[in-house]
Amino acid sequence: MAQDVWVNIETLRGEVTETSYTMLAAGKAIAKGLGGSLRAVLLGNNVKGLAGKLGAADSVTVVDHPALADFNPEAHLLALADLAKKGAPRAFLFGQTASGTDLACGLAAKLGFPVASPCRTFKVEGGEILFEAVTCGGKIIAEGKLPGPTGVAIVMPGGYKPEEAMQGGSPKVDEASPESDLGAARTRFRAYIEPDTSDVDISKVPILVSVGRGIGQKENIEAAKELAAALGGEVSSSRPIVDQGWLPTSRLVGKSGKAVKPKLYLALGISGSPEHMEGLPGWETLVAINTDQKAPIYDVATYGAAVDVLELVPKLTEKVRATKS
Amino acid sequence: MNIAVPIKFVPDLVEEMEIDSSTGKLDRTFMRLVPNELDEHALEQALILKERHGGTVAVITLDTGDVDEALFTAVAKGADRAIKIAGEGYAEGVTSHAYADLLAEALKNGSYDLILAGTQAVDDLDGSVGALLAAKLGIPYVGYTVKVVAEGGKVVATKEYPGGLLAEIEVNPPAVIGIQAAEKPPRYVVTSLVMDAMKKAKIDEAEGAAAGLEGAAEITGMRPPEAGKGAEMIDGDANAVAEKLVGILKEKGIL
Amino acid sequence: MTEGQVIARINFWGMHGALDTLVHAFTYVILPLCAIILLVRFFRHIRLWWKVGRPDRRWDRLGTRVGRLIQYGVVQTKVLRQRYPGVMHVLIAWSFFVFFLGTVIATIDADVPIVFGMESDNVVLIGDTYLLYKFVLDMFTLLFLVGVGLAAFRRYVQKPERLTLSSPFTYMLAMITLIVITGLLTESTRLAAIAREPELQPGWHPGLAWSTPIGWLVAQIWLGAGMGVPAIEAFHSVLWIVHACLVGIFFLTLPVSKLVHMLTSPLNTFFSKLDRPVGQLAPALVQEGGAAGAGKLSDLTWKQLMDGDACTECGRCQDACPAHYAKTPLSPKELMISIREGLHGKNGFSKTGADAPEFVGQGVADPVLWSCTTCGSCVAECPVLIEHVDSIVDMRRYLLYKQRADAELMTVLGSFRRYGNSFGQSDRKRAVWTKDIVPKVKDIRKEPADTLWFVGDYASYSQTLIEPTQMTARVFRRAGIDFGILYDGERNAGNDVRRIGEEGLFEMLAMKNKQVLEKCEFKEIVTTDPHTLNTLKNEYFAKGNGKPAPMIRHYSEVLDDALRSGKLKVSRKLGYAVTYHDPCYLGRYNGIYEPARRVLEAIGCRIVEMPRNRSSGFCCGAGGGRIWMNEEVVKQRPSEDRIREALALGSAECFVVACPKDLTMYRDAVKTIGAENKLRVKDLIELVDEATAEAETAAPAVETAAAGSTLDKEADA
Repeated sequence: MAQDVWVNIETLRGEVTETSYTMLAAGKAIAKGLGGSLRAVLLGNNVKGLAGKLGAADSVTVVDHPALADFNPEAHLLALADLAKKGAPRAFLFGQTASGTDLACGLAAKLGFPVASPCRTFKVEGGEILFEAVTCGGKIIAEGKLPGPTGVAIVMPGGYKPEEAMQGGSPKVDEASPESDLGAARTRFRAYIEPDTSDVDISKVPILVSVGRGIGQKENIEAAKELAAALGGEVSSSRPIVDQGWLPTSRLVGKSGKAVKPKLYLALGISGSPEHMEGLPGWETLVAINTDQKAPIYDVATYGAAVDVLELVPKLTEKVRATKS
Repeated sequence: MNIAVPIKFVPDLVEEMEIDSSTGKLDRTFMRLVPNELDEHALEQALILKERHGGTVAVITLDTGDVDEALFTAVAKGADRAIKIAGEGYAEGVTSHAYADLLAEALKNGSYDLILAGTQAVDDLDGSVGALLAAKLGIPYVGYTVKVVAEGGKVVATKEYPGGLLAEIEVNPPAVIGIQAAEKPPRYVVTSLVMDAMKKAKIDEAEGAAAGLEGAAEITGMRPPEAGKGAEMIDGDANAVAEKLVGILKEKGIL
Repeated sequence: MTEGQVIARINFWGMHGALDTLVHAFTYVILPLCAIILLVRFFRHIRLWWKVGRPDRRWDRLGTRVGRLIQYGVVQTKVLRQRYPGVMHVLIAWSFFVFFLGTVIATIDADVPIVFGMESDNVVLIGDTYLLYKFVLDMFTLLFLVGVGLAAFRRYVQKPERLTLSSPFTYMLAMITLIVITGLLTESTRLAAIAREPELQPGWHPGLAWSTPIGWLVAQIWLGAGMGVPAIEAFHSVLWIVHACLVGIFFLTLPVSKLVHMLTSPLNTFFSKLDRPVGQLAPALVQEGGAAGAGKLSDLTWKQLMDGDACTECGRCQDACPAHYAKTPLSPKELMISIREGLHGKNGFSKTGADAPEFVGQGVADPVLWSCTTCGSCVAECPVLIEHVDSIVDMRRYLLYKQRADAELMTVLGSFRRYGNSFGQSDRKRAVWTKDIVPKVKDIRKEPADTLWFVGDYASYSQTLIEPTQMTARVFRRAGIDFGILYDGERNAGNDVRRIGEEGLFEMLAMKNKQVLEKCEFKEIVTTDPHTLNTLKNEYFAKGNGKPAPMIRHYSEVLDDALRSGKLKVSRKLGYAVTYHDPCYLGRYNGIYEPARRVLEAIGCRIVEMPRNRSSGFCCGAGGGRIWMNEEVVKQRPSEDRIREALALGSAECFVVACPKDLTMYRDAVKTIGAENKLRVKDLIELVDEATAEAETAAPAVETAAAGSTLDKEADA
């Protein structure tokens, strides 16, 4: 118990999220280092069947309740708090997501657990849990120790491969009922709003020409569209572009947008912040064009050139067209 | 509806981040601190709600040195009150937990219906201030929201999930909402109005306890991300780069 | 026969008995009454200017103002800037002045003897003087008719787009033509009568027909028709009365017709701004509570309201306006008309006080005001000296205060406010372009230099400009110029920030710059950016603090001096055929046209001028903040039109610019048109660098600091 690692499993519309598997992979590594067990905590309504997917864990605690059908920060917190207080794991992992962070911080503050966020990788040394967190837009890596007796860690993607935890299995399943009255929560889930699917699904497009803040003005996106067309691909973007309304949300690559694994990703004027890179779990070739030579994207890109996007794009389009004809 | 907006001052990412070799932490000597971008969105959303439903907006921050201009700018934009908490150790940077504690102390008697905070800040290492604050005040929290509307006595926040999926979550105030994006980009207010606010408005000053490290992990060091591995840089002007890229794409079979 | 008698003007010739009384009534009662009504109506029309408009001190330096009135209102030098409409208008206007003068002389000639009980009937219109008088009037009648012919051809056949082709203008043209023609006919009947019976005008004989050639020609109609003298005399009386009636109607309708420009336009030239140079904007109106700018008509000055009434709708401003070319909602002419219609119309815009309706947005749409590049072509072209740009900026100040601007623009303003530049980059990176320059560029905050080079945003941060900026440093060194820069102490000078309407931000930037400048020791300031030049020269040191303002020059002037004095030696004459584009803020705003041309000639280039050169230069479209705004309103780019103008020259190989925004815009335009192989866009410095290159080997060590060498100072720093 004192050396157990718990993982908060996130589900969205009846599916276990990819982040959950990343966390299971991380949790497994930590539990191994500590010599403890890995427990998955699964909250929801009629979710017992999902336990089979959580084979990476040694055991699964299921809290099944109608109020937990869809993520409701308050209800989920109430359900989790009692469990965590009793179970007192050494580390409790949450995702750096819309359903993870709310819960992690609420739980930690309520029960007085310290928090470390956003952690990418963990190491156990001398019985201590060490972590590396990515901060300041990806420009700084912070190293630290996760204190006990129970430490909450918010986990960001990139440090572990979710595939490593996707094996099925039959972990031991415990059922628990929430002690608090979940119906008394002042928060209520109302409804989902479906995304607009009329536009292209960029996660299925192998060639993406992606624009970021460095594109300058809205009009310059036209040039990017022409390049995308010449290459036989589509335009996508980072968050600032979508926030300004210059491209629809369907084109957003990143944490709150789509996750893509293209053959070619041309990043124009994109700095490569963690939120954006979350949307790029993999690629074959990533070409970064950014005049800031210290942009984090250059650490991961395949090729880079510190030239002006607005100068390069028309020339590249021209040459691509010439090659194709 | 009475709304409070905490503003966190964070390092400006436009600048170079330097590590102080003696402390192993961020070198703050020449660092420029700016209001957290998502907190500016929170302020914008608060002002939008005030314009729609009436009420007041108060902005509150820790005195980390050069915060007055940002507070007066908030007032010029339409905030009714600006509060500055002064205390020991703030300029060196405080953890999200410490900040949430100080805010909870300052806001607990304010009878605020809503507290809007940015859902995260670029230098958070121990969680999101808004979520921690909510727990300390014992009120609900909904984070990662892109829209906040008031309906009857309730508030409906729209939470953003990956892939463009959204969820409407209803909550009874008082509550803390974590803002990912306001309905409109944060407004610009002309300098003459900021100057006017500087002359006429007053910033309320409060005393805060010394900032502690409780609740946070122990940070043992900081370093820039690995260089060395990384992109193969292509030299030359735009024309040369375009030429070489076409060659690379041909090699990869993309062209 | 009345030989030996000297001819003289006969007042009211041919009027007897009841007619005599009638014409006297016309001349001394009816027409004066009409004139009084004219003045009353005119006064009531223009009363709104000072009733609604804010005060503005424009009664100073009366001598200069009268001079302006004569130069622009009478001689009409600005009207003559364009040949066809210029000649057309002065033929009509000068003739009118002459006729007016002629009437005054005739009145003096006829009435003074009566008033002073003189023996003679005439004072001056006797003998040869009289003949000359008639000759001049006759000639101007002809010139007038030629002018009218030109006008009719222009308005009804050519129909240029810039004119308002509506019936009130036809009324004006028809009215003045009828007046003159009836005058001519009246005279011709008199000539016909005295030709038949010379005693009707004692002293007249056929030999004197030369003195009124046109009248005489027309008189042949009556003579040829075989009309008798009584019939001719009857015609004469009728024509006289018709002529007088037309004059009366002219007076009565003047204030409410297009004829009113005869009064408002000269007034506008009289009250045109004297107190500040063209390049300086008026200070902003800031009201209680920080409200800024002109949102209502009552926020404009009386002079700005007069501008609307003085506009003759000639459309020259519109033709010259790049925003109009781009098919944006802006036409400077239409803007002036909106102000006029707002003031005199029925929408209540002329109300004053707190409940006056908002004019900006209702009377004139927001995009109209945002489309302006502040190039000043409208002001340069306007024959009646309307100051469009000042009014546009005043209204923009209001729009910004109300947050009614592009999100993109407001983002850039935020960048200016936080970082002091439009690129959103750290102020600490301002001097990164100097990184590889050896020896290190002097930091003028730490050591004195002859020249303070105010580099500017674009030259410091824009990728396109890095090379030219480094070249400039190199060429300055070659020329032995002792210069330094402000490094990260420099902020955007604020010229365009001011013209966007963010007055407070401009003041903040200016204050920061002035604080840094104050601590530096230098003899003059030099910049490569005309926008920077304009505001430093005309706006920074305007109020004066006892100290004399520093000399501020553009690098073209510096290069010109260096080449002429021999400090910069040409090692290779380039021999290119080039065309030079006059930057708006260097040329039109500050009158600096020739230095760059001399430089080009000195380095062996042959200049081929574009049709629109010097003060007619066509703006690239980037000024007034437009380079940071949403381009939705722009349907065709002025910069591309300008490049096509250069291409049409046929012989020009290089398009030479001397402004960083021009370099950016025109390189882009050439690419878009696909003319990279036909026309190379070059900054002046690139050609100078090329032409002076080998001279480097002879150059001495450059930092001619007072004591010690720069290297010592660097060690200390």
